[in-house]
Amino acid sequence: MSQATLVQPPPVHPGSPEDLKFSRRESRRYGLFAPHLLKAAFRQSFAMLRPDIQWKNPVMFVVEIGTILSIIFTFIAPGAQLKYLIQLDIWLFATVLFANFATALAEARGKAQADTLRKTRKETPAFRLRETGQIDQVVSTALQAGDRVVVEAGQVIPGDGEIVEGVASVDESAITGESAPVIREAGGDRSGVTGGTRVLSDRIVVKITASAGKSFLDRMIALVEGAIRQRTPNEIALSLVLSAFTLIFLIVTAALWPMALNAEMYMQSSPYLDATQPLKSLGTDVPTLVGLLVCLIPTTIGALLAAIGIAGMDRALRANILAKSGKAVEVAGDVDTLLLDKTGTITVGNRRATQFIPLDGYTAADVGRLAAMASVADQTPEGKSIVDLFQKLPVEAGASRLSAGTLPLEMVIPQGAHFVEFTAQTRMSGLDLPDGRKIRKGAPDSVFKYVQHSNGRIAPSVQQQVDEVASRGATPLVVCEESKLAGLVVLEDILKPGMRDRFERLRRMGLRTVMVTGDNPLTAKAIAEQAGVDAFIAQATPEAKLEYIRKEQADGKLVAMMGDGTNDAPALAQADVGVAMNSGTQAAKEAGNMVDLDSDPTKLIEVVEIGKQLLMTRGALTTFSIANDLAKYFAIVPALFAGTLPWLKAFDVMNLHSPTSAILSAVIFNAIIIPLLIPIALRGVEYRPVGADALLRRNLLIWGLGGVVVPFVGIKLLDVVLFAVGVIQ
Amino acid sequence: MWSLPLLIIVTTILLSFPFGRYLAWIMDGKYNPPGWLRWIEDRLDTGAQNWKQYTVALMLFNTMAFVVGYAVLQLQAFLPLNPDHRGTLSPTTIFNTVTSFMTNTNLQHYSGDQHLSHFSQIGFILWNMFTSAAVGFCVLAAIIRGLRGDSHMGNYYKDMWRVIVYAFIPVSLVMGVLLMAEGQPMTFEGQAQIATVEDGAMGTAPDGKPNPQMIVRGPVAAIMPIKHLGTNGGGFYGANSAHPYENPTAWSNFLTCVNILIFPLSLIVMFGRMLNNMRHAMVIYAVMTIMFFGMAGWAIYWDTLHPNPGLTAHEMQTYEAADATAPGGKRTIDSPMIAGLPVDQELGNLEGKELRFGTSAGATFAAITTAVTCGSVNCMHDSLNPLAGITPMTGMWLNCVYGGKGVGMVNMLVYLIVGVFLAGLMVGRTPEYLGKKVEAREMKLAMLALLIHPIMILGPTGLFAALDWGRGATNNPGSHGFSEILYEFSSASANNGSGFEGLGDTYGYYDNQAPAPFSPHWDIATGLVMLISRYIPIIAPIALAASLAAKKLTPFTAGTMRTDNVTFAFVLLGTVLLVGALLFLPAAVLGPVAEHLGPLPFGG
Repeated sequence: MSQATLVQPPPVHPGSPEDLKFSRRESRRYGLFAPHLLKAAFRQSFAMLRPDIQWKNPVMFVVEIGTILSIIFTFIAPGAQLKYLIQLDIWLFATVLFANFATALAEARGKAQADTLRKTRKETPAFRLRETGQIDQVVSTALQAGDRVVVEAGQVIPGDGEIVEGVASVDESAITGESAPVIREAGGDRSGVTGGTRVLSDRIVVKITASAGKSFLDRMIALVEGAIRQRTPNEIALSLVLSAFTLIFLIVTAALWPMALNAEMYMQSSPYLDATQPLKSLGTDVPTLVGLLVCLIPTTIGALLAAIGIAGMDRALRANILAKSGKAVEVAGDVDTLLLDKTGTITVGNRRATQFIPLDGYTAADVGRLAAMASVADQTPEGKSIVDLFQKLPVEAGASRLSAGTLPLEMVIPQGAHFVEFTAQTRMSGLDLPDGRKIRKGAPDSVFKYVQHSNGRIAPSVQQQVDEVASRGATPLVVCEESKLAGLVVLEDILKPGMRDRFERLRRMGLRTVMVTGDNPLTAKAIAEQAGVDAFIAQATPEAKLEYIRKEQADGKLVAMMGDGTNDAPALAQADVGVAMNSGTQAAKEAGNMVDLDSDPTKLIEVVEIGKQLLMTRGALTTFSIANDLAKYFAIVPALFAGTLPWLKAFDVMNLHSPTSAILSAVIFNAIIIPLLIPIALRGVEYRPVGADALLRRNLLIWGLGGVVVPFVGIKLLDVVLFAVGVIQ
Repeated sequence: MWSLPLLIIVTTILLSFPFGRYLAWIMDGKYNPPGWLRWIEDRLDTGAQNWKQYTVALMLFNTMAFVVGYAVLQLQAFLPLNPDHRGTLSPTTIFNTVTSFMTNTNLQHYSGDQHLSHFSQIGFILWNMFTSAAVGFCVLAAIIRGLRGDSHMGNYYKDMWRVIVYAFIPVSLVMGVLLMAEGQPMTFEGQAQIATVEDGAMGTAPDGKPNPQMIVRGPVAAIMPIKHLGTNGGGFYGANSAHPYENPTAWSNFLTCVNILIFPLSLIVMFGRMLNNMRHAMVIYAVMTIMFFGMAGWAIYWDTLHPNPGLTAHEMQTYEAADATAPGGKRTIDSPMIAGLPVDQELGNLEGKELRFGTSAGATFAAITTAVTCGSVNCMHDSLNPLAGITPMTGMWLNCVYGGKGVGMVNMLVYLIVGVFLAGLMVGRTPEYLGKKVEAREMKLAMLALLIHPIMILGPTGLFAALDWGRGATNNPGSHGFSEILYEFSSASANNGSGFEGLGDTYGYYDNQAPAPFSPHWDIATGLVMLISRYIPIIAPIALAASLAAKKLTPFTAGTMRTDNVTFAFVLLGTVLLVGALLFLPAAVLGPVAEHLGPLPFGG
């Protein structure tokens, strides 16, 4: 494939993010048949006539060889009218071209996508940080994995990597199309940066993880361009079936030649019918038999198979998903279980405090105050939401000193107070007041333990209240003052709108959704019920996730999950479809087999649909292709024997004008159905989450029954047109 | 007229359920036999076999059958129980016959009553009928074990033992007694010589004396039950089940029909029982039954409800043939007017029928015998009305409308895998069958099994049709002659064994001075076709089942295509009909359809 046929997208001023954004959006807006794509594909379809390229597609290779054979026979030993034979040759040749065109168009579209991505891969200056601390300037393509580079505000990140130092806001619009900048920082789960994106503020040190030309993006570009397309397991199986059908029809057609000869011989030796002169039929005419063969072998799907695969990758890319291989996309269609993180996927961001429940001797405001004081040092969103809620509490008449209200929290906290930060061991945070009082806030069991430790008492009703809060899907925190329990803080999850419907849709697709959460089982269960997921993993640790995936796989299920953190990496690697968020760590991205540029946790659903569409399109077009053959028989078989067994005309249910017109109509139908179906091959057959049975019925009706009926109409129409135009008698 | 076929099929379907459960019970080894039977079985059991070991055992057994069979026929003249002094058959006929009986085909390029001794009938034909029938049965059992994910395919020798001893022998004994009661001979005596009432009714000898009528007798009742139960079909007499000694009465005809169908139908039930998936089995059962009704109905409609076109009057007709060399591109062919014969045709086409069985019995029998690869006949298939002749051919082409015992189900599984693959993709998942993913290796094996059959029918038919080998052997010119060639190879490839007749394919004894000129060609060609079409299409599915067995079971979800509902029945029916039509439609058009549409009688 020469670069000369590469698609040139509309000119942009290279370099500026605005332009990249523009071209990225523009490339998505290309129609299926943008003129510049058509032109490139047209030229490419001639280049693909080379037998060594055709050889990769056995069905079309047979067509090409057949066409050559037909042309040779047309001029060496014409067995029928030259006018008819030449038209036949032209249409056989057109069949090969159309098939090439379908593949070339898909590749051109992929290239158009890839080109805009490739813009981000331009050579940029990189500032490499030496061991000694010196900085030298090199070009981005010279960078090796392991190099450290310094990127400052306004500079383009020279390659994929991980931030090892600093925080920065990064404009990733060049690859995601989203204009809002994102924060990337060292050490967390959002340390991954992609080459070609631009740092907007601050200064970071990035450790390059992929040498130039080997990054995720490079692999994806190659995939959508079709340059290194490895065929997926399903594609291999289907190609096998198509080759076998081709072989069978080769036998059927080849055997027709002697059978037709048999008819010729007995007809001319039949004095009874007074047909003593030699009779000849098209059944012994090689170009006509080639025409029959080309009509019968599954050329429709054979021509579109490569295009469907490339288009699948292209669709994934349009959804801002980078896949490591075509197989990964295809496997997504088979997924049985989806692991979804609760936070960010099912619920909006983080939990918020919604209620203070006082215990004996306290008021809600007291609880709020104490909780807020214990949360001052707690910079988590949950801690902040407690302070927020406290500040919004209405001022109660006669409330205790410093009750609530607009008073800034800082003023409540006496000088010399000591903040106790949250640790994974204690699972509490709090405040040690200068007067020695200790306020603690945290998970119920931790606080209970703490209270018991200080010889406090826990009324049995407290546990009941805790359970009650948990059972409605909220998370209870307990606040205590010294050894005395003050009250409960209720943290609630806010469900994302529309998730219930999405899960219902997934259920109809046959997928089980599993919510993964660090919450306790009671809370998890309640949220799971509210959201409508099928199962949940509570108090999930990375190990628990991995364990769950292994367990599902042992039952034969395929599991998809999404993750971002380094500790997700083992689970991402274990999952059959592991989608890493682009914002995630490099380890996560390397472990998964897809990267979601949008870092959108609900993207898994789209991935599954793209995978299913890919398989459906192949199945539907294969069925259509084979079902088409029936009508072609009705057109061609009587025509083949019109010279020897004229009574077979009764078998010609379409009542076509003449034998040659019948054969040409069938061959033309077979050829033009290929370009007509290109849009479906590229867009994919529509997937509906209605369950396998309803989906099968629908597709059987459209592609199976439709495949039987459509060619009857099409061939008849073509016959009428051919006759009216007068190109054939 | 319709009551006979209905009675037969309904009776058989009712019997197939208890029978199928019994067979599953046998094949799963749940019985507890008497000590001495157990002792023999334990000697035969060489342990659990994987698919390769099972296949090797099967091939080994068949090779032995070939060697022994060849020896028996070659030495026929010197072996005992030969009261009528039968000689030695020609080597090609022996090759063809041994292959034919070893492969459960029972294509007969000889005439049983003319060419075989009693010893050959018992020492070659009879045991081959038991063992060759059991082979297909065993293959199905092994495949089922693979499909349900057993760790091994069973043991070939033990399976053979179970089938023959617990299924074939008991039923054959009962049937043999019933058939003897109807008048089938059971004797080792030679021909009976009978003076005809009218002198010279059998012609006169060169010395002017009237010939006596010679009636061939033998151990007929021993062979008949397994001939049908094992869907073998090789007749003791050349006239097969049309002969009054092979099929004496309408009652025996009914029994015969039920016998032919019983095992193929029961095996579907066995399939469901052994897989523990009766709903799936019933879908297959329903699809097969629908196709069977279609085929039998078609044959009866076109044969029993239509007059014989050879006897009716024809107008003069002019046909326009396309001819590029003629002016206007057309040439006319005239078929002359023909006067009808003064024959009452109200009962349909009676040519070649045994009317003692009933008017529709011939067409019914033809549909049954070819649907299940039995191949015995009670009427002349050659004499069926042209369109009615499509039914037996279709039965052999599809070879899965019940099909031979074991192999019919196996063939259906091949179609099913193809259907599952295409339909499975259409629901957006990697296709699955019984919870196992169907991938490249399975498709390779399924397509291999699928394409052998059409290649083995169409290839040789084309070859023989173009050469003197075929045209010089047919009795009739034109489309009918073509049908004779086509039918012969269809019968050989389907391992059916019935004949359209009208083909000069009998060489006879080795010392025959004037054999049919191309009979060696037919012997060798059909022999090879039988071998290839027998073993590849059963070995490939065994490998396929083994490959599925090794896979992980995928759980059933709402996204999984069901294989046990009406939608799937349509998928299966559509796959079989569409693939079948695409493979054989041109041949069908050149044979029976052209004969039906063309001028009659054809060829003068």
